Amino acid sequence: MNVIASYLILAAILFCIGLYGALTKRHAIIVLLSVELMLNAVNLNLVAFSRWGIVPNLTGQIFSLFNMTIAAAEVGVGIAILIAYYRSRGSSNVRDMNSLKR
Amino acid sequence: MQWIDNMLGFFGSGSNIMFLVFALLAIGGAVFMINFTKVVHMVISLAVTFISLAGIYILLQAEFVAVVQVLIYASAITILMIFGIVMTNHQEIEQPLARPLHQVLVVIGILAFFGIVFYSVQQAVFPDSTVEHAVNNTEKIGMQLFSQHVIPFELMSALLTVAFIGAIIIAKREEE
Repeated sequence: MNVIASYLILAAILFCIGLYGALTKRHAIIVLLSVELMLNAVNLNLVAFSRWGIVPNLTGQIFSLFNMTIAAAEVGVGIAILIAYYRSRGSSNVRDMNSLKR
Repeated sequence: MQWIDNMLGFFGSGSNIMFLVFALLAIGGAVFMINFTKVVHMVISLAVTFISLAGIYILLQAEFVAVVQVLIYASAITILMIFGIVMTNHQEIEQPLARPLHQVLVVIGILAFFGIVFYSVQQAVFPDSTVEHAVNNTEKIGMQLFSQHVIPFELMSALLTVAFIGAIIIAKREEE
């Protein structure tokens, strides 16, 4: 049992909690928030490997910075879509978002 | 006694204790995020998770990533989520789940996934590396970012511009 294993297990726990939230929650903002939690768990993996991995170097930290940028862009566009959807439908429940099915 | 020696060895170093505190805070924030009923409380408890992850990044000698985590996740994304809640249905309370079969299947799948990850992490062998990132961390990241990774960096700036123009256009109120 090495030092890195505890970081990886922590990241796996956070990822599983985020996955559960993303699959079962009703409120669309909470689903976005759970996706953010999953991205954070992946970032923790990257930074842990950049310190304790097989080839430890700074590339893991740089990749996690790129990952955060993508996450910020994703949240911005997601909130914009939610606001537009709420304006037209008056609901923020993910179960109501089925207009493409009909 | 083997396990007492292990416990003493674990709590002997300060970084392990800090890791334990931050990991408990992170998992606790995430679990409270799942269990709260009001949406604003969920966002606040996830902010606790983000801040304690920044502490864990400092333990991993990634100071710049930790500061960026506090700046982007713990402040910007949290505030953006709260604004999104305020501008949509902020009275809404997360209803109890109506589909028990769906939830049971999700729990089984996630437990299986966690089991596979846990087993593979336990089986893997990692070498003990002694690399130090703490000295001049920000300077080294800047040097690599602008020499080796400069094209992804520029692409990222273009992507951010596209994303925020798109967000403005989507969220803008349409004139009738």
